[in-house]
Order: sequence, then C-alpha cells, then structure tokens
Amino acid sequence: MKTEHEIKMWTPFTMLMCGLMGIGGLILLVRLFKGLGAVTNLNDRFPWGLWIGIDVLGGVAMAAGGFLIAGAVYILNMKKYRPIVRASILNAFFGYLLAATAITLDIGLPWNIWHPIFMWQIHSIMWVVAIHVVLYTTTLATESSPMFFEKFGMEKAANFIHKIIVPVVLFGVLLSTLHQSSLGAVYLIAVGKLSPLWYNSQFPWLFLISAVMMGLSMVSFETILSEKFFGHKADISILSGLARGVLITGVIYFAAKLWFLISGPGIAAAFNGSMEANMYLLEMVISVVGPVILLSMKSVRENVKSLLFVDVLVISGVLLNRLNVSIFGVYRDQAATGFSYFPTWMEFVVTLAFISFSIVGFKVCVKYLRVFPETETPH
Amino acid sequence: MAKSVLIDLTRCIGCRGCQIACKEWNERSVKPTTMTGNFTNPTELNSECYTRIKFVEQEKQALPVWNFVKDQCLHCKNPACASVCPVEALKKTEAGPVTYNFSRCIGCRYCMLACPFYIPKYEWEKAVPWVRKCTFCSDRIAAGLIPACVKVCPTNTMLFGEYDEILKEAKKRLTDSPGKYVSHIYGKDEAGGTSWLYISPVPFESLGFNMNVPTTKLPDLTWAYISKIPAVIGVVLTAGVISWAITRRNENMGKEE
Repeated sequence: MKTEHEIKMWTPFTMLMCGLMGIGGLILLVRLFKGLGAVTNLNDRFPWGLWIGIDVLGGVAMAAGGFLIAGAVYILNMKKYRPIVRASILNAFFGYLLAATAITLDIGLPWNIWHPIFMWQIHSIMWVVAIHVVLYTTTLATESSPMFFEKFGMEKAANFIHKIIVPVVLFGVLLSTLHQSSLGAVYLIAVGKLSPLWYNSQFPWLFLISAVMMGLSMVSFETILSEKFFGHKADISILSGLARGVLITGVIYFAAKLWFLISGPGIAAAFNGSMEANMYLLEMVISVVGPVILLSMKSVRENVKSLLFVDVLVISGVLLNRLNVSIFGVYRDQAATGFSYFPTWMEFVVTLAFISFSIVGFKVCVKYLRVFPETETPH
Repeated sequence: MAKSVLIDLTRCIGCRGCQIACKEWNERSVKPTTMTGNFTNPTELNSECYTRIKFVEQEKQALPVWNFVKDQCLHCKNPACASVCPVEALKKTEAGPVTYNFSRCIGCRYCMLACPFYIPKYEWEKAVPWVRKCTFCSDRIAAGLIPACVKVCPTNTMLFGEYDEILKEAKKRLTDSPGKYVSHIYGKDEAGGTSWLYISPVPFESLGFNMNVPTTKLPDLTWAYISKIPAVIGVVLTAGVISWAITRRNENMGKEE
C-alpha cells in the first residue's frame, strides 16, 4: 500500500476531471437560473434523459457493490472479502451522492427536493425511491464513518459504529434490495409506451439482478484499478470469487431475460432489424452473453487482465440496459410525433463531471483515509 | 358526484372557439408554430395550450371529409399521473377534475412518463417550471359554472353533467342512431375509465386515438409492486438474521475444535 505521500494527487487525469467538474458546475448554474430547457434537449415526449438514465439509474446500480460486499462480510461472515469491504462501501457512498445530486438538479424545482419526506404519497414508486435514497445514503454514511472517525482520532465514535455495524449493514441490504428493484418498478406504469423487449411485469426483479452483476463487476473493476494506481495488493482469490458471483448472477439474468422475451414479444422481435431490436441485442451481448461465456472459462477467472475486460463489458452493458429502458425503449412510440431526443453537449459534460466527482472523491479518500487497512504494510 | 363531459365528434365543426376560450380562462399565452400542411395547430398540446382541435382529413365515398377531434386531458377515474406523483401535487378530486397543486410539486415529471395519453406538459424554458395540463376548469366547476370550452361551443359538441347521466346519454345516442356512430365509447373502459367520453362517426383509430391504452386501472400496475414491500422486508430481514446466526455459530464451533 502506498502511503499518503506516495499517491500523487495532481496527475494530468485528475486535473482533467477537475476541469470537467468546473465546467459542469457552470452549466448547472445556467440550469438553475435559465431552466432545464437552456441546457438540455429534454422535451414533452422525452421528459427523462441522459441524467436520469446514466447518473441516477446507472449510478445507483454501480453502487450495488456496497451492500453486496458489506452483506457478504458482516452477515455471511465471508472473511475473504474483508480487505475490500471499506472500498466497496465508500464506492457505493459516492455512487449514491452522484445519484442524489443528479436527481436534485434534474427535477424542475430542486429547492423542493425535501417535499417527499413530509408529503407522503405511498402509492407512488417515486416516493418509495425518494425515501430509499435518503435512508440508504444515510446508512452508507454511517457505514463509512469509522474511516473518518479514525482519521480525526475519535476512537469512541468509531468503536460505537463497529458495535452496531451488523444491524446497520442488514438495514442497508434491505434498503438496497428495495431501492434497486423499485427503480425498475418506476417503469411498470409505462405499459404500452416502453417497448415489450424491455417491459414486463417482473421488471423490478430484473433491475435487482442486473444491479447485482453490475455491483460485483464494479467492485472487481475498482479493486484491480486501485491495485494498479494506489499500489494496494488484492488477492486473486477475491477477484475470482467476485467473478464467480457475476457468472452465477449472469446465468440467472440471462435465463430470466430469455424467458421474458419468449413469453412476451417473442424471439423474432429481437431480430427484426429495427433500432430498438438492435439496441436490445447489443445490450444482451455486452451485458450478459459475452461475460457469461468468458467467465465460464477458468483461465479468464484467474487472469487479472481478462477479468478487467469482463468487468468493463458488464458495467457498460448494464449501463446500456438503463439507457435502453429510459430512452431507446420509448423511442418507437414517439417516431410518428416528430419528437426525438439526443442529449446536448452540456448534458454529456455534466454527466462526465458527476462521474469525475466520484472518482476524485474516492481518490482523495484513499490518499488520506485507511480505505484498505488490511493490506497496509506495517510502518 | 363526479362531473363528466361527453364529446360527440359528429357535431364538431372545427371552429376552435374552445381553444380560444380555454386560453382566455386559463390565461395561457401562445408558442410559435410552423406550417405543416395541416390545419391542426399547434401540432401537439404544450404548456401554453391545454386543448386544441385536430383536423383529420379522410375520404368517404371517394369524397374528402374532415373530422375534428377535440384534444385535452381525459381526467381518468383512476389517473396514472396522480398515482405516481410522489407528493400528491396531482390529485383526482371528488368533483371529477384531476388538479395540479404547484406548491407541492418537485418537478420530477413522472406524471409525464405515466400518462398513457401524453397530456402533462412541462415549462422547459422557465427557471421555475410548472406542469401544465387541462384543469377541467375546476375553479369554474367549484363556482357552479361549466367548463369554458363547453360553454363556448356553438354546436353543443360537448355535454357536461354527472358521470352516470353522461354515460347513459352516450349509450342512448349510440342505440338511437346506430348508423351515425361506430359502436364504441372511447373512455368508458380506456385506462380503467375516464371522466371525458367520446363518441365518433368513424373508427377511433383512424382519428389518431391511442388504442393501445390498457383497460385496467393503471395505478394497479405499480401497486402490485408496492404492496409486496412489507413481504420483501420480512423475507430479507429474516433471511439476514438467520444467515448471520448460522455463520457466527459455524465460526464459534470452528474455534472450539
């Protein structure tokens, strides 16, 4: 493990990311004073766009690793994953910060973001989602707080969190199960709008299963990159264990997707050459078919470079799924109306700025906090 | 108690008086439009336009005919928009209208995704945007008046009254002159039933009505998930506690050995 002084803060890549955050911040100022129309291409037929698809739906799915690894270590007592538990939780925390900030700025009236906490409407999935974001972000903050307490010498507080960590983690697992699935449930109401290639009544559980794939891949991805850039040593057995998790979940996910395709629009619908059919096929190949075939080979599961490749496949594949559900899957219905949607450059920059914020934030934490305590070399 | 409107498309002459009356009562401005080779204007409802007349050119016995379709919120009996609103900004009132309360709104626009008729519109260009849609003139109804569009119509295309009586009248017109109408009341079953009903001289699909709208109550689709949440909580907590207990016991047994 490199120490504080060995991790170089101002690399060119970090500077680039900070630059993006600066420009993103300016764009968001314009958005606040001039309205959503001034910076986005959103319109009456495409009320949700890139920020909801990638930053919110994607950001939350990317954060699934937090509850999975925390659950594995603290509930299932799988000691093997202890070295990466802090990193996974921290990563999830940044994922949720990203999603929460993005949704706050995406809604039309950001200063009313607190309304759902006091104005209950339990029939609304959006209300369920809002409450989950609040509760789970708090839970993640609690789970990662010992790192901060240690840094500032607050031993008592750190010990207190350690005492209650099992129920807190269990609460986090519960909230995540509900939150990941309820983001899918949001689309249950869009019957007839969302293409049957994606729409079905078991939507919520598909979102949960794909989030598990995404979460495990994300943890693996960041473990490999942390090893490269922050010099902490990750055991290959951890990575192969995660890969086995992705493989098993992937098989279940593929079976479910295939079943919904056959029992829904039929297999032919995926091969009719239309834009949505092609997007569906692309998503299936990247998110699940490719990864499952590769991971079924032992040589892939034990090679760090191959695993990194598979992680990238799964992460981009599940992101594509969220984009398909939120944008491409509703395109067909709008074709006749003359409405379409392609994000502005400002929407892209803001999305990149949010992702940069997560990466830079994570890096600062690794530099100054004990994110990988188990792999530290004694001083 | 709930008010309702029957739109008899055989009676509309396309004068667009309703469009103007609506703008005046609701103090709506205009948005620039473009010529499209069709008299329908604007081409879509928007945040400044709660209702409009669609001009549909068809052929009857090799001669051209116009059909005019009044377009506005249908005020569903079980509105998807209100069911998905996280803060109850949209609400189905007992009097019939689905109303919007800006002071509660957060601007999430889930109503726009949920509505099967694409009715709620957004003020994208404003820094403090509202969701905009037909109000069923809920303020006029509360004051004992009839909606502005109904009031102004010179041919009585629209009939305003209690839902039960309006539905009875729609059925009566279909049975009294079967040759004049297609035998379908649009809105009787669509989206689980709407407060505004249509009868038409030609098939509704030829006028651009959305025929893919399910006849079930749309809010049931999301409630199917929400109602399962208590069970999910029970299962996850029980499974979590049991697996925690088992793994701890296994570890302690391991230590004893």
